[in-house]
Amino acid sequence: MENNIKRIVESLNDKKPERSINIMEVCGTHTMTISRYGLRQIIPDTINLISGPGCPVCVTPAADIDRILEIIDKYEVSLFTFGDMLKVPGTRSSLYDKRSEGKDINICYSPAEALDFAKNNRDRQVIFLAIGFETTIPLTSVIIKRAYKEKTNNFYIYNTHKLIPEALEVLLGDKHIKIDAFLCPGHVSAVIGSRPYNFIVQNYGIPCVISGFEPHDILESISMIIDQFKKGKAEVEIQYRIVVKEEGNPEALKSIYEVFERSDSLWRGLGNISGSGLELKEDFSKFDAKIHFPVKEIKSVEPAGCECGDVLKGIKKPFECRLFSKVCRPDNPVGPCMVSSEGSCAAYYKYERLKA
Amino acid sequence: MCIAVPAEIIKINKNMAEIESLGVRKEIDITLVPDAGLGDFVIVHAGFAIQIIDKKEAASIQGYWKEYLDGK
Repeated sequence: MENNIKRIVESLNDKKPERSINIMEVCGTHTMTISRYGLRQIIPDTINLISGPGCPVCVTPAADIDRILEIIDKYEVSLFTFGDMLKVPGTRSSLYDKRSEGKDINICYSPAEALDFAKNNRDRQVIFLAIGFETTIPLTSVIIKRAYKEKTNNFYIYNTHKLIPEALEVLLGDKHIKIDAFLCPGHVSAVIGSRPYNFIVQNYGIPCVISGFEPHDILESISMIIDQFKKGKAEVEIQYRIVVKEEGNPEALKSIYEVFERSDSLWRGLGNISGSGLELKEDFSKFDAKIHFPVKEIKSVEPAGCECGDVLKGIKKPFECRLFSKVCRPDNPVGPCMVSSEGSCAAYYKYERLKA
Repeated sequence: MCIAVPAEIIKINKNMAEIESLGVRKEIDITLVPDAGLGDFVIVHAGFAIQIIDKKEAASIQGYWKEYLDGK
């Protein structure tokens, strides 16, 4: 493997682009691999790797956190979600703070654990805070169908699921961001396949390579992108071929659209993106926590001075934020990009702050 | 968090399967991979198999993970 990495880096040096090329990765695990293995430091300096909105926790807006906190305050519920969500700051507090106050907030590894808890505790009202991109959405759809079939009447989801290709289109339309190529996410693409990226090469002439997660996968994907530039082409290519098929996982896609239909969704930093979200179809709306547990709208405010929005769009690198490492640190995070273990600020802080 | 370590299906009971990866065993849901059978390798995300992968490729990935873990 070491030889493989040396070989790819040597070949990248041989074909070093003359002008600077911005390659955006849109996957928190890619961000972590790039920082952790120092890939930014071993590739030619004209290849600029920038992080996009690839961390689901980071793109969840304060408004969603605030609404779920209101639900927890107003109703007697048991909440389940993935670990990183607990520390994300809302306008006034976080789920972590609520748990310290004695609220029943639980971390789960799989959404199925939330449904199992509901089935075993019929006296509890159970909410799964559903977060994630296309990799996680089919899982939520499976448990919703299961709850429907088994007539589970004490289980709900608070849905914040988001779709990646729609966000990429918004980034491409933003004049402040210069993206020359996308390193597309591996497991999102395991579900959706490669075709949903075709519009990017067709309409914008931007190369897309779907990458695996190991350092040699990412380096090879970068090499494939540079080859496209050298040949003057823009294509969707799959580097992570062992997992990603052109058609994705048809069973998972079918499951998603049995349960959900497209809606708009609010992204932190990117704003409201048409068609980038999902909502439960009418047949399944009885599982919608937003309907079952109404709360008053509160005015949500993103943390003062926090530049997560620009970091998520790739306009700023984490260390260009005034708060980075001075006020905002993993032990005292101000914005979600420092909270999540896969946020770009957390990755830069942990592995790259001394290299900047 | 995307974990790209392939796991082998060693037992199936309806929509649930027991998988083994690098000596670790775990129960997962295989609803999303209806073609998966005993001995197949899958990629797992948050307790669900999301894709079946080629056995030879899986063995090669497990090989370099073993190399990496043994080298620590």
